[in-house]
Amino acid sequence: MHDDQVRKEQPTIPSMAGGTRPRSKALRQWAAAYGFLLPNLVGFLVFTLVPVIAAMLLSFVRWDAISPWRQAQWVGLSNYVEILGFHRDPTTGALLPNDDRFWYYLYNTVYLMLGIPIGMALSLVTALLLNRPMRGVVLFRTVFFIPTVCSAVAVAVLWRWIYQPDYGLLNEALRLAGIENTPNWLGDPAWAKPALILMGLWVGVGGYNCVLYLAGLQNIPEEMYEAARLDGAGWWARLRHVTWPLLAPTTFFILVTSIISGFQGFFVSIHIMTAGGPAGSTTTLLYHIYQTAFVYHEMGRASALAMILFAIVLVLTLLNWRYGREAAQVMF
Amino acid sequence: MKRALIFGNVAAYTVLGIGGATMLVPLVWMVATSLKDPSAAMSFPPEFLPRIHETWRNPTNGELLPLFWCDVDGRRAKVARLRIFKGAAVVRVLEPPDLARRTLTVPLTREGPHGAVETLRPAKRLYFRWANYPEAWHAIQLERPWMAFRIGRWECPGIHIRDGFLAFYLNSLIVTVIVTLGQLFTSSLAAFAFARLRFPGRDGIFLGYLATIMVPHVVTMIPVFVLLRWLRMIDTYWAMILPLMFSAYGTFLLRQFFLSVPQDLEDAARLDGCGPWDVYRRVILPLSRPALAALGTFVFLGTWNQFMWPLIVMNSTEKMPLMLGLYSFMGQYSAEWHYLMAASVMVMGPVILVFLIGQRYFVQGVVLSGMKG
Repeated sequence: MHDDQVRKEQPTIPSMAGGTRPRSKALRQWAAAYGFLLPNLVGFLVFTLVPVIAAMLLSFVRWDAISPWRQAQWVGLSNYVEILGFHRDPTTGALLPNDDRFWYYLYNTVYLMLGIPIGMALSLVTALLLNRPMRGVVLFRTVFFIPTVCSAVAVAVLWRWIYQPDYGLLNEALRLAGIENTPNWLGDPAWAKPALILMGLWVGVGGYNCVLYLAGLQNIPEEMYEAARLDGAGWWARLRHVTWPLLAPTTFFILVTSIISGFQGFFVSIHIMTAGGPAGSTTTLLYHIYQTAFVYHEMGRASALAMILFAIVLVLTLLNWRYGREAAQVMF
Repeated sequence: MKRALIFGNVAAYTVLGIGGATMLVPLVWMVATSLKDPSAAMSFPPEFLPRIHETWRNPTNGELLPLFWCDVDGRRAKVARLRIFKGAAVVRVLEPPDLARRTLTVPLTREGPHGAVETLRPAKRLYFRWANYPEAWHAIQLERPWMAFRIGRWECPGIHIRDGFLAFYLNSLIVTVIVTLGQLFTSSLAAFAFARLRFPGRDGIFLGYLATIMVPHVVTMIPVFVLLRWLRMIDTYWAMILPLMFSAYGTFLLRQFFLSVPQDLEDAARLDGCGPWDVYRRVILPLSRPALAALGTFVFLGTWNQFMWPLIVMNSTEKMPLMLGLYSFMGQYSAEWHYLMAASVMVMGPVILVFLIGQRYFVQGVVLSGMKG
């Protein structure tokens, strides 16, 4: 919307609209414009656009990245078939996935996103509390935001220590609370994912989402609450019928961006805390791509996986554009 | 009404207090561990505070003896354990003064209300082992010189830096500063062209930029890695700097901001004979300081904290950025938690400090880029 307004007000200065030699003038202007654009455009072409196209092509190839490029084999869609396809078991006739690990890693990725709704709820509660006009609230805002600025690598090292089964802080706290069978957090396939989620909550609750919620809350005009009060609305009714609907765009924005980044997140903590284990239970799609490409050197297969991830993100983004606004209005 | 407000505030403080403690306890635990003696870091059950077992040097033979608390005549006494003998310990009382210098034999366990309990309880005292920090700092020693490189025939011999962490800090600083300035420069130039200049293909190119913002980084990582290897740039600073210098997202963000600068200002400048460069330099940039600062903060923090890309393209220890350095440190000292936590504090501390100083600025940046992005 904003762009259109400005575009209509494009230069109306006489010297630019019609000079003595309009064509050469226009050419000079274009040259100047491309001069401004060039450094970024070259970088954009070399490091973004061409690589995206190259990744698409690589996904149809089998190549180990170590041997020279001429030994790469064009294999058509077979990378995709190997990842996404199904086959019939010759004896039982049951339909089986060609690559059951892929589906497991996809499940892991989605499982880790369980932290998103929990984190959003906690962020909202935190923002509501931090929005109260009380003494010392600024101090709390700072404290809640600190984990977000901490370097993810150092945070992951710290939480590895907290989750250490014998000497770690968490299990000691659980033992003091009278729980005897403390889990081996990062060493147990059943507990590794919840452990990652818990750490993610610690990092994220007071972070960006909370700040966005705070900004959203501060944009709600005070008159709304006064009107609700005059109608006799209690705090719950005000929250339910004033705050929540007016925060709907913020909530929707956070939800969508969290899901999209959820497909691309957790790399640092996974690599440092579990290296994808135990038994692949914390390997996400992203981590699987990393391992396939840079540990096993299967560039073609990794590119195919990356394109599948891209497709998922693309569909989510398009759905967001197509239905985003309406959904935000209907849902809340 | 008033009572409800007070009640609400008390409840809010309680919840915020619990939440705030949850945020801080892991960080305090990190600092506490970083100051622990190795024996304290691996003591079971774990203790929160860095404490060590007190000792006492026997003046007669110079022997170092562990100190314990023990009940003597119904009073709490501090004793030194001389030796253990057939389920009993021979101890010398040190405190309180009127019981001191007595030597007793006490059984190791006695019957308590809930079964047998130890008679001697370790006497501990607070002990901050500051040496963990310099020891962690010196732990990684570089063999090859830092910043040794060749451009054509010209060879830079480099400087001999021994301490790994010093090199890691310098590497991170160099890469981050160059990337941040470079990205601000190229993005603002392109954003100016998109927002303020007219040229054929503008909208098409801009659409191309927009379309690639949502492409996951991992998609471009593989081809860029192959490209950099072809250019023989793997394991060089270039590999960390070049791919990050150009950002479609930064361009988009700045373009949105540049569009909001009033056209009248630009027209006035043009009438005064300013070309596009002057308009960019003297009108748009000075008016866009908040946006540039917000983008700069984000790029700086993002580049400083990046891990995956350096992990892929860097091998040599002397060229590693800080995050990768910490990771490789972790690989070498995986069980020495006092060192690991000291290193983590050294990595986290400066960032937290910068945040505490410039936090208002920072949070505004979040809102600005979050809302517009």
